[in-house]
Formats: sequence, C-alpha cells, structure tokens
Amino acid sequence: MNSPSFAATAAALTEPLDWPEEGVARVPFRVFSDAEIYALEQERIFRGPIWNFLCMEADVAKPGDVRTTWVGETPVVVTRDHDLELHAMINRCAHKGALVCLKQRENRESLTCVYHAWNYGLDGRLKTVAFRNGIKGKGGMPEDFDPSKHRLQPLRVATFCGLVFGTFSEETESLEEYLGAPMSKFLARNLGRPLKVLGVHSQMIHNNWKLYAENVRDSYHATLLHTFYTTFNVNRLDMDGGIILSDKKWHHISYTKRATLAAEKEYDSVHSSQFKSDLAGPELLKAWDEFEDGITHSIQTVFPTLVVHFTLNSLAVRYFVPRGVDKTELYWVFLGYERDDAEQQEMRVMQGNLTGAAGLVSLEDGCINSFVQRGTRASPEAEAFIEMGGKVAESNESSRATEASVRGFWHGYRNIMGFH
Amino acid sequence: MNAQEAALDPSTWLKVESFLADYAHRLDDGLIDEWTGFFTEDATYQITTRENHEAGYPIGIMLCKGKGMMEDRVLALKTANVFEPHTYCHIVGRPDLKEASPGKLAARSNFVVYRTMEDGEARLFASGKYLDRIVVEGGRPRFRERRVLLDSRRIDVLLVYPL
Repeated sequence: MNSPSFAATAAALTEPLDWPEEGVARVPFRVFSDAEIYALEQERIFRGPIWNFLCMEADVAKPGDVRTTWVGETPVVVTRDHDLELHAMINRCAHKGALVCLKQRENRESLTCVYHAWNYGLDGRLKTVAFRNGIKGKGGMPEDFDPSKHRLQPLRVATFCGLVFGTFSEETESLEEYLGAPMSKFLARNLGRPLKVLGVHSQMIHNNWKLYAENVRDSYHATLLHTFYTTFNVNRLDMDGGIILSDKKWHHISYTKRATLAAEKEYDSVHSSQFKSDLAGPELLKAWDEFEDGITHSIQTVFPTLVVHFTLNSLAVRYFVPRGVDKTELYWVFLGYERDDAEQQEMRVMQGNLTGAAGLVSLEDGCINSFVQRGTRASPEAEAFIEMGGKVAESNESSRATEASVRGFWHGYRNIMGFH
Repeated sequence: MNAQEAALDPSTWLKVESFLADYAHRLDDGLIDEWTGFFTEDATYQITTRENHEAGYPIGIMLCKGKGMMEDRVLALKTANVFEPHTYCHIVGRPDLKEASPGKLAARSNFVVYRTMEDGEARLFASGKYLDRIVVEGGRPRFRERRVLLDSRRIDVLLVYPL
C-alpha cells in the first residue's frame, strides 16, 4: 500500500470546523478532543509532507541495530544494514500485519515475523516465506507469488546532527529545507558533535498531543507555573531573551542570555555562571559557561513532535507520541558530549534533576496540559484566547513575554490541516 | 548469602526490617518532613529505571546527593511545585539483608506503590526494587544509599514525592 496523497483522500469532517475569525489568536477547544480531527491529523500531519523524528542515530549506530519507534500512531522500525545504510519502514508484516519487531532495541541479521516466519532483510525487502513451496508438494504459495512485490512499507530517511527523521510522503521537501537555516544552525550548536546518551525515560501525559506542542512553545508560562527558581531565590543573572520562528512558523527557538557577557573568559572561567541561591544543596546548579554566544537557556522545537532543550548544561531531546486523542507519551533523552570530562558530565547529571518526569522546573507540565484537557472537553465550541505579545505569529528578539510561538504552531497546523 | 558474610544477628535484622517498613509508612502517611531523617548526611537517593541501570546511564528520574538536596526536594514540592494532590500506598516485600562489615548492611526489597489522585482514582503507580546500603550507628539504622529501580521506563503524569 502506498501512503495516501493527502489532497486526494482529505476526508471532510462530519461536522466542518470553522476556525474563529481572529485566526491564530484563537484555538477552538474541539481540536483537543475530537476523534475525527485526531484521525485526520494522522493522515495530514504524521503521514503527510513533514519530517518526523524517529530516533537518535546512536540508537542505530552499528550494522544490524534495530530500533522500534512511532510516527504518530504508526509503529515504525529503524535499521542500519551491513552497508551502513539507514532504513525506516512500517513495523507491520506484509502478510497478516503483525508487528515484526517487538523490542525497543536489538541487533539482528534480518527481521523475522514471529507469526509465520516471513523473513525480511534489514532494508525491509522480503527474503523468504516459510513453506513457499508447500510441504511434500502440497500447499504452498501460488505460481504467481512474487516476493519482490511484498515488503515492509518504507519511509524516506534523513539524518541531521545525530537525529534520524523519516517521512511517508514523496512530496516532503529535503530535511535541510524543512528545517531551514536558522533552525539547522541552532540544532548544530547544541547537537553538532559526538553525543553521549546519559539517560532515558518517558512520561504518560493525559492530554492531546497538541497541548504539549503548545506548552513547550509557551514562553509566557515558564516563570509563572514553574516557580522553583524564584522560590529558592536563584539569582539567574539572565536578561530577557527572544523568540525565533521558522519560515512556515512550524519550528521555533526560545532563548535566554546571561546579562554579563564575558566571552573571552569562556574557557578559563569554568564556574563563572555559578548561581547564588537559598538551596541547601547548591551542587544542583553547579554549571559552566559552555558557549560563547551568552545563551544559557534555550528550547527549540521541530514540528510536529521534537524538542531540544539546553538549560544551563542540561541537554536533552524530548519527543512525544500521540497515544489516543487524549493521551501522549513524552520521551526524554538526556545527552552529553563524548568530549565531556568527568566533572562536566557530573554537572549535567546533577542538572538532570531540573527536567524530566520529576524535574524541578518541568514536572508541572506533566499535569498542566491534562488540566486543560479536562477543562475543555465538555466545551468544544469555546476557544482559547492567545494574545500575549500580539495577535500575529512573528519572531520577537526582545521579549519572551509572548505567545508568538504558540500562534506560530497554530499557523502551521491550520495550513497543513486545511482549517481555514 | 555467601561464605564471607557473617550471619546477621536477629536483633539487627528486626531493627532494619522495622526501619524499612517505617520509611514506607511515613511516606504513605504524608509525613514528608520526616523523609530526610532516614538518611545519613552524605547519603545518595536515586530513582531510576531498570533500563537506565542496565545501560549504565547516570541520569534517571531523581537524584539527590547529600541531605541538602533532599531537603530542597521537600521544600520544592511543598512550596514551588504544582501538581494534583495524591497519596501513596507502598507494599514492600520481605528484605534480603546482608552484612558487608559490622554495622554496614546491603539490602534489597521489592515494592509496589499505588497512587490515589484527588479525583479518587487509585492505580498502580510503580513497581520495582530498592537497593540499599544501610549503616547502623548507635543502634539506629540509616540509609547511606537508597537506589529505587523502577521496572518501567514510563512514569504516569509526574513523580514528585519520593518513593
């Protein structure tokens, strides 16, 4: 089966969605709990002309490495073959549709479906079919059975800075164009050197995936909901930062800079960004100045479901997978660099307490989106009001007291979904 | 138990068993201020997953090195962190206790924790094992290290109270 062309199969909703005339400054609550819209998103977004994050390149570093993942609700398997080529395909046997790979990570010579032992190469091509010629001349596949016509349905694959992406659509532009220069440059700043995985876990959040996509773009809520820093009088020495949106407004970067730039001292003042605080265990925030651009905190998104955060020295990739209209699994991959010394790694480890499912400045996000889900479920006709920092979705390099990136997400979402 | 490990005297065994039960009961009764009292000043407390443990990854779910960081966690959850109120019920299995040297024990016990949310829902929240290093000084057991290894990589909603 080929992936459906979204224009051709754009099934109309039973009840059409009329977006409020205020545009991206409003969001009808219906989009968070309507099962039909959720199904349409699978087709138009996740199987549509976008690049989905699949896994870290480190997950499939060696020949024979196999990693299962998801694109929206579709189970996907990523492999590296013996010519070091990367492949991604739907994790669904061409015979009866069973999952072919069950483990999150493994290393295999080939892929075999456990149900009837159909065997595929690491590139997804069907190699052998059990009892193809029957047993003792009886049974078996018909004469016209052609193994080359059956395979695991492939996705296009591309990599950037240790991240593996896949797309179902032939129409998707190159990954380079999809990301655009400003986004690529910042990803390269944070991930463009040999990476080392320091820890992984996930969090089940009870809300529609778009509420997390909004939440992670929402620079307005950060200091209001996450009060850890203010509670402990952490002197952040930060000045306000800014917001950069990509051309299509799908992706964003939000950043904060420290007030006093001392770029020339970068490498001889390892602990210059020490924080004063009332913490009884101040080692938590022991940090070093890692980059010359003065940016101490940043969060970057790549539409639809990838996030990279760099807060002090804590670097992590987050990605979220829709598990139903009102459920989302949020994955955390904590990272360091191969070049880190033991002291630097220890600082990243201690700062790991700031984020994740028990993160001192992030745990609230585990519940806040479900509060919105629960608050809005019974009011599909009501709408969110999103006017902090204006009514349009534009970059703002002087303030983060804005919901510009949230509006940017809805701008991109409306376009790809055809909600006008 | 291997040959090098001396048999644990029954009174120490009882004391440590009661210490382990007490830890769970205090947390389940919402006495979060008493949590740090179960640890030595320089103790390590970590919640991580089986997956991270087996891969040798240093970052899990929560890591406190020293009582100060534990106190910060308690103060943070009482005054800074926002979450739906909930309570725990720990069911802890019988421990396996070994005395590494006089007054220094290694313990392992399995647990399940049910979590009851504000909306009334009670559900299995976590299962796994405690890997402990315990010191007994002046007849009083304390954790020198408590590693909580969760079976699952996935946390439902969030984790804020220690396990």
